[in-house]
Amino acid sequence: MAQISKKNVSYIEENRLIGSKKIKWKTFKKNFPLTAMALPSVIFLFIFSYIPLYGLILPFKNYSYELGFFKSPWAGLENFRFLFDNEAVTIATRNTILYNLVFIVLGTIVAVVIALMLFEMSSRFVKGYQTLLFLPYFISWVVAAYAARVFLDIDYGLLNKLLSAFGKEPIAWYNAPRYWPAILIIAEIWKGMGYNGVIYYAALMGTDKSLFEAAKIDGAGKFKQIWYISIPSIMPMIIIMTILKVGKIFYGDFGLFYNFTLNSSLLYSTTDIIDTYVYRALITLGDIGMSSAAGFYQAVLGFILVVVTNLIVRKISPDNALF
Amino acid sequence: MAKKRLRDGDILSTGEKVIHVFMHVLLIILSVCCLYPFLVILGSSFQSQEEIMRSGYRMLPAEFTLNAYRMLFADPVRLIDAYKVTIITTLIGTICGLAFVSSCGYVMSRKDYAYRKILSFYVFFTMLFNGGLVPTYILISRWLELKDNIFALILPGVCSAWNILLMKGFFMGVPTELIESAKLDGLGEFSAFVRIVMPISKPAFATVGLLLLLNYWNEWYFSMLYIESPEKVKLQYLLMSIMKNIEYLNSPEALEAGIVSNGQSMPTLSARMAMCIAVAGPILVVFPFFQKYFVKGMTVGAVKG
Repeated sequence: MAQISKKNVSYIEENRLIGSKKIKWKTFKKNFPLTAMALPSVIFLFIFSYIPLYGLILPFKNYSYELGFFKSPWAGLENFRFLFDNEAVTIATRNTILYNLVFIVLGTIVAVVIALMLFEMSSRFVKGYQTLLFLPYFISWVVAAYAARVFLDIDYGLLNKLLSAFGKEPIAWYNAPRYWPAILIIAEIWKGMGYNGVIYYAALMGTDKSLFEAAKIDGAGKFKQIWYISIPSIMPMIIIMTILKVGKIFYGDFGLFYNFTLNSSLLYSTTDIIDTYVYRALITLGDIGMSSAAGFYQAVLGFILVVVTNLIVRKISPDNALF
Repeated sequence: MAKKRLRDGDILSTGEKVIHVFMHVLLIILSVCCLYPFLVILGSSFQSQEEIMRSGYRMLPAEFTLNAYRMLFADPVRLIDAYKVTIITTLIGTICGLAFVSSCGYVMSRKDYAYRKILSFYVFFTMLFNGGLVPTYILISRWLELKDNIFALILPGVCSAWNILLMKGFFMGVPTELIESAKLDGLGEFSAFVRIVMPISKPAFATVGLLLLLNYWNEWYFSMLYIESPEKVKLQYLLMSIMKNIEYLNSPEALEAGIVSNGQSMPTLSARMAMCIAVAGPILVVFPFFQKYFVKGMTVGAVKG
């Protein structure tokens, strides 16, 4: 009896298994056309985003081009020791984080202010301002660097002409690290404000219009409307963008830092970031070990930061958490 | 645009008028900051070498000359090659990118898709984590053997998670009934997407299309990393490297080597600016065609999924 029931159970179990397999197969077949449509992107992301994740193992190896990835011997933490013993890396890390913090805070404030102002304008003005504010977003950092050169050139630049018009000594901008934090911050904000402004403006356009009308009837002034309706309605967007940017806090905008500074080694103390450092380590020194160790450190710390930020956001307001 | 109607109809109080004027002033200042550098670049591309040396870069040249452009087009082989590479990579990349990114975003927006959660996570994860420069460099140059191949300039930029999410955010607003009824009419998933969903999604396609276009047109980093033959580099990279060459032309070494004859001063300073115009001009001309869709296409609504 016991045997039969045991047999029975396994029989039913088997049936259920087959059943669920069947259901799985059915679901798969039913969803196949959609899956096929997503497939090209899935493959591209796999090749260019997932395969490079092997790089997280790379710094633990003593990579050589001849042996390839799999046959290269293990190196333990050697590469990391080299990385962190290096003062240039410490400076680059400090620069990267400080610049990004300023970019996140100031960039968001400027973008939100622009969005709020555009939201108050009638649409014909919006179009005009939007076109002009977007201009810098449309050019590469290479061209932008030449625009900067027009202002900062030692002999022919507009700023030095202005200084000498006021009887002041011209400044050799490209040899003076202390001016560069300001220059790079202005450049980054200048280039991104149109695009980011429009992201928040688009979010504002999605706000329920009746809220503003109701607020008006209740006698709320402009600033109260902004504070109690506009800002809260774009808050989820601000939080999402900020969390994503926090995850990139160890990554600098290579184009900006490489082109604007003309890659001048005189300026490294205030302009070298992890990305430019890794690039030099890889291309000019050919040091795969150290540059991949730096890559590892950027990716892992960034990921931890995103998770922690998200956790904090979820604690405060669960609806706004990214995941 | 309902909001605008609401506001135009209002009678503004004095306080609000003051605020409005203040906002206009601020926006005008910001707009001038965005426009002015380009005007100076444009202006100084028409300046003569002597004038720049004498009085610096100017928005309005005292004397107008085309020497810089003449110099640029005197030996245009490099420039034409770079235009060719840039246009080819931009076209292929943008078209493939749009096709792949939009269809993936569409699938992610479909609430009845069984693997929606997994797919969203798969796409989203790439925004949080990446392998970095070194493994990508080895992947492209060693494993895919794309060193010095223009596909190294195309393939890495085709699919980005951000663009997929932009598309998805837009498609989330497409009414489900529309797709249901298309399917009742006997259309398959793919043709429903192409014939019904795509035509009403112009803003999303225009926005993401423009972002892709910009990305490919302005890209110089991959040329720097992967390209060795000078005839395969893109415009932006040429702009970077030509500057060095121009500086070389005015150097004593070039005189000695007999590349330039004595007493001849090349319009190098203005040639830089002319080159900037040649590189950035086309993209600035394209923008107005996309602009009217931009705000609608930017609804990055549901990043979460």
